[in-house]
Amino acid sequence: MSDTLILLDRVSKRYHTKKDEILAVENIQLSVEKGEFISLVGPSGCGKSTILSMISGLFPPSEGTIRIDGQKINGPTSKIGYMLQQDYLLNWRTIEKNIFFGLEIQGRLNPITKKHTLYLLNEMGLVNYAKAYPNQLSGGMRQRVALVRTLATNPDILLLDEPFSALDYQTKLKLEDLVVETIRKHKKTAILVTHDISEAIAMSDRVVILGKNPGHINKILNIPMEIRNPLPLMAREQPLFQSYFQMIWRELDNDDKKTSS
Amino acid sequence: MMIKKLLRKGAKSEEHAKYLAQLRVYDIYIKITQYLLLIFLLGIWELSVNMQWVDEFLFSKPSKIFNLFIDMMMKGELQHHIYVTLLETFIGFLLGTLLGTILATFIWMSPFVSKVMDPYLVVLNGMPKVALGPIFIVAFGAGYISIIAMALAISVIITTIVIYGSFKEVDPNYLKLAQTFGAKKLQIFLKIILPASFPTIISTLKVNVGLSWVGVIVGEFLVSKAGLGYLIIYGFQVFNLTLVMLSLFIISVAATFMYQGVSYLEKKLLSIHE
Ligand SMILES: Nc1ncnc2c1ncn2[C@@H]1O[C@H](COP(=O)(O)OP(=O)(O)OP(=O)(O)O)[C@@H](O)[C@H]1O
Ligand SMILES: [Mg+2]
Repeated sequence: MSDTLILLDRVSKRYHTKKDEILAVENIQLSVEKGEFISLVGPSGCGKSTILSMISGLFPPSEGTIRIDGQKINGPTSKIGYMLQQDYLLNWRTIEKNIFFGLEIQGRLNPITKKHTLYLLNEMGLVNYAKAYPNQLSGGMRQRVALVRTLATNPDILLLDEPFSALDYQTKLKLEDLVVETIRKHKKTAILVTHDISEAIAMSDRVVILGKNPGHINKILNIPMEIRNPLPLMAREQPLFQSYFQMIWRELDNDDKKTSS
Repeated sequence: MMIKKLLRKGAKSEEHAKYLAQLRVYDIYIKITQYLLLIFLLGIWELSVNMQWVDEFLFSKPSKIFNLFIDMMMKGELQHHIYVTLLETFIGFLLGTLLGTILATFIWMSPFVSKVMDPYLVVLNGMPKVALGPIFIVAFGAGYISIIAMALAISVIITTIVIYGSFKEVDPNYLKLAQTFGAKKLQIFLKIILPASFPTIISTLKVNVGLSWVGVIVGEFLVSKAGLGYLIIYGFQVFNLTLVMLSLFIISVAATFMYQGVSYLEKKLLSIHE
């Protein structure tokens, strides 16, 4: 337990609007170890983005505490990179200026970080678009740019909210490998939100299955070594893969029936 | 031959050349018609005065206006009046835009202030600013400061409202994005709010040119001893309608030039921005 990096202790979040109070997530108990890769899966509206936002420090939980490295968080830090569910590229900036944005804000833009960021852009196959504007890019390209923007600040913890949802299947598989490789190489910790069960199994060490109304953890599934060790593309080839897919599918399906009945 | 070449300039193919030539000829026809219409209208005006269909004393006539123009230019009288009015308009325009943007920024910085200011802005915006004229004269004296104050008063509130509105319209998710990187309020303003609102700020420039002209001319009506607005009032008082017409004509030309200038600036700035 000494290696716990992120700890959510009985975390609940209520959104307040003028007319209503919405209990988005309730009593979330989760600890993430350093270097671990966690996926959150669950139906739309079960509070996945809410959980990520709280970890990133955008807003505090209504109840419970979130600790990072044993410290209660107050506000966003450069230790955490949060890739939002939509790309939100700034359309008045070139792609290059967009991916420098985080570094610029954090006052860390220098020739070295610039070079590293452009290298990442190259890895995503977009280096020719450095001087282009966001409206000249397709949805999938924009998403990759947003991913570069997140990685550029070189955070220890990556919070990725459906980073591959707009990509074609092939690009997606390639990027999954790329991201997992980068994360392993630099011993980063990651929490990924996805609707794609295969993606969750192929990329992560543990899969957290959430249910809704209000959002809660239904089950946490450990992925076995055979699937974890190879890169995502190869992981899908493992004999055990299918049975894990089925397990998660059934879990989500059961919950769906429970809540709809 | 020359003409044919010009008409076909930049064509990608024979068919494209035909298409381009057609478009260009059409544009030329429009230009020619515009000039003919102007000559026709001026001609009718001149003719109806000469034939005594209308009263020359009331309507003056183009040739007389032109002669007065040459005469006053020769004596160097006109230049001074044009200069004074242009300067006042320009200063009023700059101050109005600048002050409006600064006010909008202050209001944006604090949601509380913006809520408090809301009814004040509504009332100030609804009030006909021209009615403030006497107060300005009392406060600033019967000089150019009052005139600039008038131009400023007319444009500043609407500028504040429009620009603050565009600050508020900026997608809150952009702010969230900046926050995920730990941006401070000032950074959010400089790197998100301001550039996102840039097109709106530029478009208020165009509106403010027009408003500043109104403010300055009204101001000159009220107090001044120089300027085109003064010439109109003076010409009216001594029943020199030719002078009034001449001033009107110069105002239209100058205002058009200024507006075109700002439009050009807008295009330039937006092309950098995009
Ligand atoms: N700003 C907000 N104000 C009020 N309610 C909100 C707000 N954001 C989210 N909610 C509510 O909280 C619940 C969880 O939302 P959240 O965006 O975390 O879900 P999600 O699991 O990310 O869904 P999806 O898979 O569709 O992205 C939803 O019921 C949503 O309506
Ligand atoms: Mg979400």
